[in-house]
Amino acid sequence: MDGAHDMGGAKGFGPVVPEPNEPVFHGDWERRAFALTVAMARPGGWNIDMSRFARENRPPEDYLSKSYFQIWLAGLETLMIERGLVTREEIEAGKVLSPPKPGVTPIAPTEVTPAIRRGGPTEREPKAPAMFAVGETVRMKDIHPVTHTRLPQYVRGHLGTIELNHGCHVFPDTNSLGKGEDPQWLYTVRFDGPELWGKDGDPTLSVSVDAWESYLERV
Amino acid sequence: MSDHDHDHHGHHHDHDHSELSETELRVRALESILTEKGYVDPASLDLLIDLYEKKIGPRNGVRVVAKAWTDPAYHARLMKDATAAIAELDYSGRQGEHMVVVENTPEQHNMVVCTLCSCYPHPVLGLPPVWYKSAPYRSRAVSDPRGVLKDFGVTLPDATKIRVWDSTAEIRYLVLPMRPEGTEGWSAEQLAELVTRDSMIGTGLPKQPDGTA
Repeated sequence: MDGAHDMGGAKGFGPVVPEPNEPVFHGDWERRAFALTVAMARPGGWNIDMSRFARENRPPEDYLSKSYFQIWLAGLETLMIERGLVTREEIEAGKVLSPPKPGVTPIAPTEVTPAIRRGGPTEREPKAPAMFAVGETVRMKDIHPVTHTRLPQYVRGHLGTIELNHGCHVFPDTNSLGKGEDPQWLYTVRFDGPELWGKDGDPTLSVSVDAWESYLERV
Repeated sequence: MSDHDHDHHGHHHDHDHSELSETELRVRALESILTEKGYVDPASLDLLIDLYEKKIGPRNGVRVVAKAWTDPAYHARLMKDATAAIAELDYSGRQGEHMVVVENTPEQHNMVVCTLCSCYPHPVLGLPPVWYKSAPYRSRAVSDPRGVLKDFGVTLPDATKIRVWDSTAEIRYLVLPMRPEGTEGWSAEQLAELVTRDSMIGTGLPKQPDGTA
């Protein structure tokens, strides 16, 4: 979706402000919100693309006024309510008002380190040969899905060069909807600064995105 | 840090504080609901936090860089298959399943961003800092990277090409900075002292042999 989360090239946000000696978390609630989000994914039954969509799918003023972990918290609440794990009333009341959903098993302490070390690899066996070759010029499609996509607005319609082929990977656009992994070839596509930002774009700049095959068209 | 930065920063924190109590209560209540319903085990949450506060952090990436600087065979493996080479040092998993290392040269400086959210190579760098997840960085890294570098006090020669990697998929990028001059004969352990987190994102450079930035 063309939401506030898709920030590449936006103006007016001001300078980057690094924080010297920044802690991993700012306050205990960030620790707990982070851990709850990570620990609920498997019992809750959602994937990373569903999580990302739950965070970004909100009005711009809401996305831009919440801190990072407040967005995580809001996304977690959405995912759990959608699946009947908790109700909106329970979250607002701050207490249990309905029985738990049956068959939901928590991550046991012994599972934590192995699960983090394993992660969630997204590479899959190819079912067809790659359509594009390294070095080929391609155009990013000018599409505007209303659901989750990983095709940023600032590259849509622009010409780039295939630089790397990463094999076939789970396609977020379908996976976020529960419509299957639909693995597709994934490429790093490189763009020149002036191609993206016009004649005043920095000629020493090049930018790449990682793009699934169905984001690309031949030129 | 300039006075302007300091004011801006203080303001940001005041803003957070005004909302903290409500958010904090909400998180506490949610954890007790999920625990009571049997969906989470609080001991698992403690372990997760401990992992990300104590074990998974930029010191891991520092070891990768220092080894690449001192061991040509490792450097070659790292550039060919970063996921496998990083796993040799026992770093792997969540948000680092598919790694690519990009090497700075006198001709080209690399910088990593995620314009859509906060993708970052956790096994080697830990969780991302606030600035990396912020709107100023995510918006400007791809259009004005030299301006962003200025915010970090870094100026590159005009002729140096800048290559920005927007992590829009599950490939995670680690920048291999240039080994500082004047470090001939240094051990990996000595070199590790010069590698900063920001130099592995591309918003900074390694420290100089005399310890200055």
